[in-house]
Amino acid sequence: MRYVDEFRDPELINKTAAEIRRLADPRRHYRLMEVCGGHTHAIYRFGLKDVLPENIDLIHGPGCPVCVLPMGRIDDGLSMASDSNVIFTAFGDMMRVPGRQGSPLEHKARGMDVRIVYSPADALKIAKANPDRHVMFFAIGFETTAPSTALTLMRAKEQGIRNFSVFCNHVTIIPAIRAILDSPDMRLDGFIGPGHVSTVIGCRPYEWIAKNEWKPIVVSGFEPLDILQSIVMLLRQLQKGESIVENQYKRVVPWEGNHAALRAMTQVFELRPYFEWRGLGFISQSALRINQAYAEWDAEVRFQIPGLRVTDPKAAQCGEVLKGVLKPAQCKLFGKECTPEYPIGALMVSSEGSCAAFYNYEHRKTSALISLGTTA
Amino acid sequence: MNADEDDEVLPGGCHMCLAIPGKIVEIFPDNVNAALIEVAGVRRRVDLGLLEDDRPVIGDWVLIHVGFAMSKICEQDALDQMHTLAMLGEADAAMQEIRGYGTEEEDKNYQSN
Repeated sequence: MRYVDEFRDPELINKTAAEIRRLADPRRHYRLMEVCGGHTHAIYRFGLKDVLPENIDLIHGPGCPVCVLPMGRIDDGLSMASDSNVIFTAFGDMMRVPGRQGSPLEHKARGMDVRIVYSPADALKIAKANPDRHVMFFAIGFETTAPSTALTLMRAKEQGIRNFSVFCNHVTIIPAIRAILDSPDMRLDGFIGPGHVSTVIGCRPYEWIAKNEWKPIVVSGFEPLDILQSIVMLLRQLQKGESIVENQYKRVVPWEGNHAALRAMTQVFELRPYFEWRGLGFISQSALRINQAYAEWDAEVRFQIPGLRVTDPKAAQCGEVLKGVLKPAQCKLFGKECTPEYPIGALMVSSEGSCAAFYNYEHRKTSALISLGTTA
Repeated sequence: MNADEDDEVLPGGCHMCLAIPGKIVEIFPDNVNAALIEVAGVRRRVDLGLLEDDRPVIGDWVLIHVGFAMSKICEQDALDQMHTLAMLGEADAAMQEIRGYGTEEEDKNYQSN
């Protein structure tokens, strides 16, 4: 019963679950995609699938930055740090992601100077503290994180810190959603929109999904009640035959986004013509690179990188899982060769990857939500 | 806060997706973008540069993401957000992140002050 005790208002959860059952047309099968890995994590953690009627399927989207990064980029980043004068810095999330010759953590064990930072600003501080070394920050993340990298680069330029560079792997969420909608084997009815990405980009960029693709989208918070309310809002739109962008997460997400953050991104980055996404392949204009004005701080300009494409282990079916074609447990390696302790695919590394989330929570089905769902 | 004593912080948990509420307790006079925030009794330096259109003042609550304040929120929403993190089993990861801001050199300075 431990999860139930934590809910702010179990009564409201029950009412919302009942409303979902009332709105769901038993003759229809609903496929709703939660774009953000944080939502995937929450959905598994709270066993939300168990409160939903059987004809509502939640499909896990591409919004886990670690999971969609191709292995070749990890190898590229590590190759820069094979020079002993280079300090490799990255968020902790990156440390266990396997490259062809092992993860950053394994490279550290072999003597590479690999340091975890919790902020790109701290990578810059390490550069200031080590003027005779070069500090490379392995930047990763969607629009939530990209503005912080941009501001860090602006500070480096302002302060004239030249022993610092960024290996930019920032990606943008909208082209990934477009690629999924264009995928022929994907049928979706609507989207649970990402929460924290939207604090930066706002809700407007989703309008084409609602208008042109006729898929309703509701930007959602991360609590069980938030996600269930977002599903209610989606079902109401589907029932009325509407398709608009709605904001369930108003307490945090302004409709217009954060202009200062967008300005910082524009000042430092430009769109790459194309970028490879693990599982989704090459997507045009889906990633950011550092622009000419900041070339001096661009690790891809400063270092020779192999730029090799590394195919995922054949037996691993990360791509199919990432696109929602397969459920995590349907992958041949799931829970056998590939576990959160010894991940083969990136979906198993991050707690927001659907494989790790499924592995960590699905077997704990004793979650009291089951009883909540059936007694309501 | 401690919603899941038997849950470890998941290895490789997604720090870059956390949004942590903190209260601004000091803004440095020599740098309007540098502030000291407090989260559950822990104080760390964060950057306010992403809020330059709507500058927060001392006493305001902000959501912090990888060392940068990314939005202003009200106190109630800050408390709600802390509750969300606890429910998601991410309160420990959030505190680990907040404590992790700054470099070793800065840590030494904090201790000596």
